[in-house]
Amino acid sequence: MDLSRKWLNEFVDVSDISDKEYAHRLTMSGSIVEGITDLGAEIVNVVVGRVTAMERHPDSDHLWVCQVDVAKEEDIQIVTGAQNVSVGDLVPVALHKSILPGGVKITRGKLRGIMSNGMMCSLGELGLDLHNFPYAIEDGIFILQEDCKPGDDIRGVIGLDDHVAEFEITNNRADCLSVIGLARETAAVFERPLKLHTPQVNGSGGDINDHLSVKITSELCPRYAARVVTDVKIEPSPLWLRERLHASGIRPINNIVDITNYVMLEYGQPMHSFDYSCLDGGKIVVRTAEEGESIDTLDSVKRPLTKGMLVIADESKPVGVAGVMGGANSEITENTKTVVFESANFNGTSIRRTAIALSMRTDSSSRFEKGLDPENTIPAVQRACELVEILGAGKVVDGIIDINNAEYKPVTLPLEPDKINALLGTDISVDYMIKALELLGFQVDGMMITVPSWRTDVSRMADIAEEVARMYGYDKIPTTLVRGEATVGGRSGREKHERTAGQLCRSLGYSEILTYSFISPSYYDKIALPSDSPLRDSLSILNPLGEDTSIMRTVSLPSMLETISRNYNNRNASARLYELARVYRKSQEKLPTEPKILTIGAYGDGMDFFDLKGDIDAIISGLGLSSVKYQAEHENPSYHPGQCANIKVDGVTIGVLGQIHPSILANYDIDVPVFTAELDYETIYSMSSDKEVKYVPLPRFPASTRDIAVVCDATIPAGELIDCITAAGGKLLSEAKIFDVYSGGQIPSGKKSVAISLIFRKNDSTLTDTEVGESVSNILKVLEESFGAVLR
Amino acid sequence: MRENLERLKLQVASELEAVESSAELDALKVKFLGKKGELTAILKQMGKLSAEERPVIGALANDVRKFIEDNIALRSEIIAKAELEERLKAEAVDVTLPGKQKELGHSHPMTHLLDEICDILIGMGFEVVSGPEIDTEYYNFTALNHPAGHPARDPQDTFYFNDEVLLRTQTSSVQARVMENRKPPIRVIAPGRVYRKDEVDMTHSPMFHQVEGLVVDRNITMADLKGTLDTLFKRIYGNDAKIRFRPHHFPFTEPSAEMDLQCFACHGEGCRVCKGEGWIEMLGCGMVHPRVLEMCGIDPNEYSGFAFGLGTDRMTMTRYGVNDLRLFFENDIRFLKQF
Repeated sequence: MDLSRKWLNEFVDVSDISDKEYAHRLTMSGSIVEGITDLGAEIVNVVVGRVTAMERHPDSDHLWVCQVDVAKEEDIQIVTGAQNVSVGDLVPVALHKSILPGGVKITRGKLRGIMSNGMMCSLGELGLDLHNFPYAIEDGIFILQEDCKPGDDIRGVIGLDDHVAEFEITNNRADCLSVIGLARETAAVFERPLKLHTPQVNGSGGDINDHLSVKITSELCPRYAARVVTDVKIEPSPLWLRERLHASGIRPINNIVDITNYVMLEYGQPMHSFDYSCLDGGKIVVRTAEEGESIDTLDSVKRPLTKGMLVIADESKPVGVAGVMGGANSEITENTKTVVFESANFNGTSIRRTAIALSMRTDSSSRFEKGLDPENTIPAVQRACELVEILGAGKVVDGIIDINNAEYKPVTLPLEPDKINALLGTDISVDYMIKALELLGFQVDGMMITVPSWRTDVSRMADIAEEVARMYGYDKIPTTLVRGEATVGGRSGREKHERTAGQLCRSLGYSEILTYSFISPSYYDKIALPSDSPLRDSLSILNPLGEDTSIMRTVSLPSMLETISRNYNNRNASARLYELARVYRKSQEKLPTEPKILTIGAYGDGMDFFDLKGDIDAIISGLGLSSVKYQAEHENPSYHPGQCANIKVDGVTIGVLGQIHPSILANYDIDVPVFTAELDYETIYSMSSDKEVKYVPLPRFPASTRDIAVVCDATIPAGELIDCITAAGGKLLSEAKIFDVYSGGQIPSGKKSVAISLIFRKNDSTLTDTEVGESVSNILKVLEESFGAVLR
Repeated sequence: MRENLERLKLQVASELEAVESSAELDALKVKFLGKKGELTAILKQMGKLSAEERPVIGALANDVRKFIEDNIALRSEIIAKAELEERLKAEAVDVTLPGKQKELGHSHPMTHLLDEICDILIGMGFEVVSGPEIDTEYYNFTALNHPAGHPARDPQDTFYFNDEVLLRTQTSSVQARVMENRKPPIRVIAPGRVYRKDEVDMTHSPMFHQVEGLVVDRNITMADLKGTLDTLFKRIYGNDAKIRFRPHHFPFTEPSAEMDLQCFACHGEGCRVCKGEGWIEMLGCGMVHPRVLEMCGIDPNEYSGFAFGLGTDRMTMTRYGVNDLRLFFENDIRFLKQF
C-alpha cells in the first residue's frame, strides 16, 4: 500500500513529522514502512516560466529564441526547437544547473551561436505521460493549464511535491489497505485528532428501482450495494485527483473509473462501475459461474470460468469476475451515459482462489482476499456519488440498493487490565489502556469494549492486549527471565547418540553434507534399484516444484552419489562425506515412517574397500555395538559384485558397504572408484541402547601366542575360517586374528595361504605347552575337516 | 712385581685416553681386568712372593684394580655422554617438514549454528524434541489456528501428498504435538527441516531449517519472551548485541512480534548487510494464542506461554558472509572444509 503523505495530512496533520521518524514510529507500532519516496526527488531547479517574446533564430529555420519570465530581475533567454509554444504560455523551465528525471543535467550553452539559459520541458522530460496530463501533447513543450505563476517550483504545480510511504500490511489488517485506515493508525501513534468526513450526496431525484434490480444467489456475497448515475459526462479527472492516484501508483483513466479507484484507496473498499446500457434487463445477478462460461476481462484477455467462481452477471451473461476484474462487455467508454456503481462484500477465500486460478491478482482482489468489513460498503458508494457531484460528472439517481445478508453484530469484550498486564509482564495503567483503545476507534464504556466493525481480527483479551502493547511500545515491555518451576533441559539419549555418530565420522575424516529430502524418480534407475523393489514406492508430492524434487527419497544413496559426482566434476581430487538424515517410507498409518540413515561416501586419496571397512568398524563400535560381521553380497545391483558386504550384528543386518558398481558410476559421470556405506541408524540406535556395559576383570595370567599358516581354496572367505577357529578353539582361545593372506609362489594355483595369530589364555592359571598344543591340533583338525585347509 | 703393577697403572691411564667408544672400553676392560687380563696375570705371580711382601703387594694390587675400575667408570660416563649426544644429533629432524596428515572431517555450517543455538537454550532449561517432517494439515495449520482457506494452506506455498498430509512448513507443527503429550511446565526447542514451495535462488530454497521454541507455564509473560531471546542473541552475537521487537501478525500467537537484530556490520547505521535498514529481521514470535492452548487441552485462564520460530539458514549466511544459499546444499568439499 502506497500512502501519499499529502493525502494523509487531510485526515491527520503530521506534516511536521520527518519521513524518517514517521517510518520508524509506524513500523514500531506494527504498520511496517518499507521506505518513503520523495516523488520530486529527481527534479531540481525547474520552475514555471511565462513566454514573453519569441523570434526566429537568425541561423535556423526551425529554432525559436524565446524570452521567458521566471520571476527574476530579467527574463531569461531560451532557444527551443519546439513548435507548439506561443507568447503568453506558461511552461516548465529547467534553469541553468538543473536536474531532470534520469539524472539529466541541464546547463546554459549556445545553440548555433545564440545563448540558451536553460530548457523548456515536455511531459516526458518531467517523467510524466498523457495519463497524468491528458490536455498536454506528447511531442512538444508541456503548456501548463494549471493555476500557477512564473517562478513557482514545478514540483508543486504538477503534484510531485509529495512523499509516498510504502507500507507492508499484515494479513489481519485489511482495514489498513486504505488512506483512512492508515490515518487512524497514524493519529493513534502520534496522539493527534483524526478528521473524518461523512459523504454528502444531494441526489437528482428519480428512483434507482426504476433502473436497476439486484439479486444475490450465492452465499459468497454477504452484501451488495449499488447506486446509479445518469447524464454522465466522461472526461479526465481534475489535477488533484489525478495527482493522488499517481502518487498511489494507479494510472488515471477517466473521471468515473478514477472515482472508483480513488474511493478504493481512500476507504479500502474496492468498487466497480458498469456501463448501464450494457446490462441486459437492467439487472445484476451475483452468482457462481456455470461450467463452460467465459468472460473477456478489462485487460482484453478471454478468461474461461470454472464452476464455483463468483461472477457479477446481468440477465444473460457475466459482466465481471466478482472482486477481481470487470468485463470488457460493460466497460466505461467515452460514450457511457449511465453508470452503475458497485460497492460489495465478497468472501475472501473465494476471491483469492479465483484470482489465483485466473492468474490475475488485482488491487481489488488483494483487498477482498483479506476479508473486508461489510459495513464499509455504504460509506464507499456514498463517497463515490459525492465525488460525482463534486466533479460534475453526472446526476446521482436517488436511492441505494443494499442487499445485506451479513448480519453484522458488534463484538463486545470486557476490559481486563490485570489479565493484560499479567500477559505482557507490564504495569500499564487502565487510563492508558482506555486512551490507546479509543485512539484506535474502539469504544470503551465503563469496563466494556465495543470493537469497531473494521477490526474483524479482534475477538478476545489477547487481541486487546496486543492493541495496548503496540501503542504502549513493545520496546517498553521489560525483559525478564522465565520464573516458576525449574525444568531440566538437555538432549535425549537419542539426540546424544546422533551427535556421537557425527563426531565419529568427523574424527575419521568425513565431512557432513546436507541434501534435499526430495529427489527425482529417475534417481532410482540411476542406482539400478530393482524395478520390483518396495523402495520404489515413494511418497509423491502432488504439487512439486519440478520433476527433480517430486518424490520423497526412500533411500539415501542417490543423494550421496549426486554430491560425490558434483565434487568429482568440480575437480576435487578426493572427498570423504557423511550425512545422517531421514528417508521417508510409506506405512500402514496415515503418516509415513522417517527413519534416519547414516550414509558415508568417499573417493580418491587411495581409498579402498578395507579403508572404508575399517572406518565402519570404528563407527559401529563407537556407537556401542560389537561383534560386527560382514557377509559377502554379490547381488546388490548398486555395488561391485566382488566388493560389497552386508553388515550384521547379532544376526541383524544393519547396513551395507562396498564399492559402487562401475556401471552405476558411469550414470554419475565418475570414473574413479567410489566407496559408500548405508547404515540403518534406527536399528543401530535401538541395538546399542539395549547394550549394557559390564566390567570384565583384567587377565592375571600371561597369554600364549601361536602363529599358524594354512593353505586352503582361494574362494573360502577368511571370515568363515575365523568363525570355525573360534568355535574349535574352545574356552582357551581368546583371540584369532588374520595377519597375512598370500597366494602365488609355492602355493598351488587356486589356493591361498592364510596366516593367523592365535592367542590363548586361561583365567585361573598359567597355560601349559601341552594345553596349547592340544588346542592348536584340534583347530587344525577342524579346519581340515571343514575346509580342507592344511598346515603349510 | 711392584714395578709391574706401577707400570700397569700408567699403561691403563694412557690407553684409556685413546678409548673413544663403549666397545673399545669393553675390550680394554677385558684386557686389564678379565680372567686372562694383565692384572690377573700379575697376581698369578703372588705365590712367588714372601709372606712379608704378600700383604703389601696385595694391598697395592687392590689399589691398582680400584684405580683401573674407577678410571674405566669415569671414561665410560664420558663416552656414554658423547655417544648420546652423537645419537641425538643423528636423530635430529627438520621440524618444519609437514606432519603425517590425519584430516578431520567438518560439521556442515548449518549444523554449527543449530548446535550453538540448542546448546544455549539447553542451558536455559530447554529440552530438545523433534517431530515428523511429513505431517498432517491438522498439526501444521489447524492446531496453529490457521482457519480453513488461509493463504498459507494454498498448494502454491505448501507441498501436499494428499488433502490431509503435507511437508511441514514450520517447526511450529511440533507445538501441538508437545502440548498434547505433556503437562506444563513445558520448555522445549525443536530444530529441523521445513519446506515451502520457493524456487531455488540465492536466498531461497524449498527446504530450509528452523528452531522452534515453546514455553508454557503459569505466569509466562511477553517480558519473559523478550528476556529469553535477548539472552539467546547476546550469547550468540556478544553482550553488545541489540535486539528490538515490532508488532506483527501470526495466526498462532497473540500478541505477535517480529524480532530484529541491530546490524552487526554497521551497528545500526545502515549498510549492505542490512540493506540500509540498520536492523536485520531475525524471527517471528509471540504469546501462544489462547485458541492454540485450548485446542491442546490447556486452559488459557490458568496457563500462558510464548513461542518463537528462528530460521537458521539466512542467519548462517550472514554469520559467515556466504551470499548464496545454494552453496549449503551443493556440499562442495572445498566449501565444507572452511567451517
